[in-house]
Amino acid sequence: MASGSIQQQERAGILEAGTPAPDFTLRSTPDQEVSLSDLRGRPVILAFYPADWSPVCGDEMALFNAVLPDFQELGAEMIGISVDGVWCHAAFARARNLHFPLLADFEPKGEVARRYGAYREKDGTSERALFVIDDKGTIAWSYLSPIGVNPGADGVLRALESLKQKGDSSSEARSNERRPPSSSDRDAGGEARP
Amino acid sequence: MSDASLTPAVDDERDHIAGPASAPVTLVEYGDYQCPYCGMAHPIVKSLQQVLGDELRFVFRNFPLSDSHPNAEHAAEAAESAGAQGLFWEMHDTLYENQQALDDRALLSYAEQVGLDTDQLATDLEHGTYRPRIREDFRSGVRSGVNGTPSFFINGIRYDGSWTDAERFLGVLRGAASHA
Repeated sequence: MASGSIQQQERAGILEAGTPAPDFTLRSTPDQEVSLSDLRGRPVILAFYPADWSPVCGDEMALFNAVLPDFQELGAEMIGISVDGVWCHAAFARARNLHFPLLADFEPKGEVARRYGAYREKDGTSERALFVIDDKGTIAWSYLSPIGVNPGADGVLRALESLKQKGDSSSEARSNERRPPSSSDRDAGGEARP
Repeated sequence: MSDASLTPAVDDERDHIAGPASAPVTLVEYGDYQCPYCGMAHPIVKSLQQVLGDELRFVFRNFPLSDSHPNAEHAAEAAESAGAQGLFWEMHDTLYENQQALDDRALLSYAEQVGLDTDQLATDLEHGTYRPRIREDFRSGVRSGVNGTPSFFINGIRYDGSWTDAERFLGVLRGAASHA
């Protein structure tokens, strides 16, 4: 019975690009909460990881911490999520000198991970899964890593860059639309030509 | 998740390279001077170099995780400063052989042992002369799919196998040499 649901879970897999990112509100510290919807307007990196303190996670979070300036240069917000509680996160973040929030998917346990298809029933932890969410709250890229493998940050960087390219070209298009006839059109007497 | 190939490729002008360009095997390591696993890898790489001789070209790029290893950045900068004075590998070896002490004072004393201009090193550390270069190394590592240290690339392809068993690692490199 239990194995049936696990298989179902595996078949279902993590949420894919194009899916609206389920909103959530979770604690980042004993007295602070973070809602995904508060971060609308810029890309968000959600890194689900199985547990604080386990060696691979430590490496993964340490790596993301070190790449953080590059994420920020691309305008993105970085968030780590596991089922650990806020006090555990606080100790872990302090020990590892992490510069991004860790959210506690603690009560009801793993609920946010479940909504992203990133919960491991058998282990009671989240998967090691990465999501890049665009400025409008849609998943732009997702990746499920083998549980014991640090996925690295190159996939996230590429996803953010392609978002930026899209953003740049669409805002360019928008500004082209909006721009009144100017400089180059001046000779035409201010009449916008088709 | 990546194509796991080295980006950018080894650059004779820029990279720290030990071994001839004609070597059939190029081994690139992304490492952190304060990372204990890199410390473990150091004598293994040394022994590979010894056994393979001119068959092996070894390249080192920096991948300091400074929030976990507070001395890693300055240690990397010290190695680069030594590189500018033509003594990269001497400093590189000394740092890995003395991993337990890598604070600035220790770095300056190693510099003296190696024969560096220590005033120059002190200035370089103070000004962060080589910080941009180290960040460049780090970024190239991230692009290439480096997810921790040490990470190795054999002839441009990431090596995900074990390196702790020197015999096995040697076998892998010999295999790569015979396919080159």
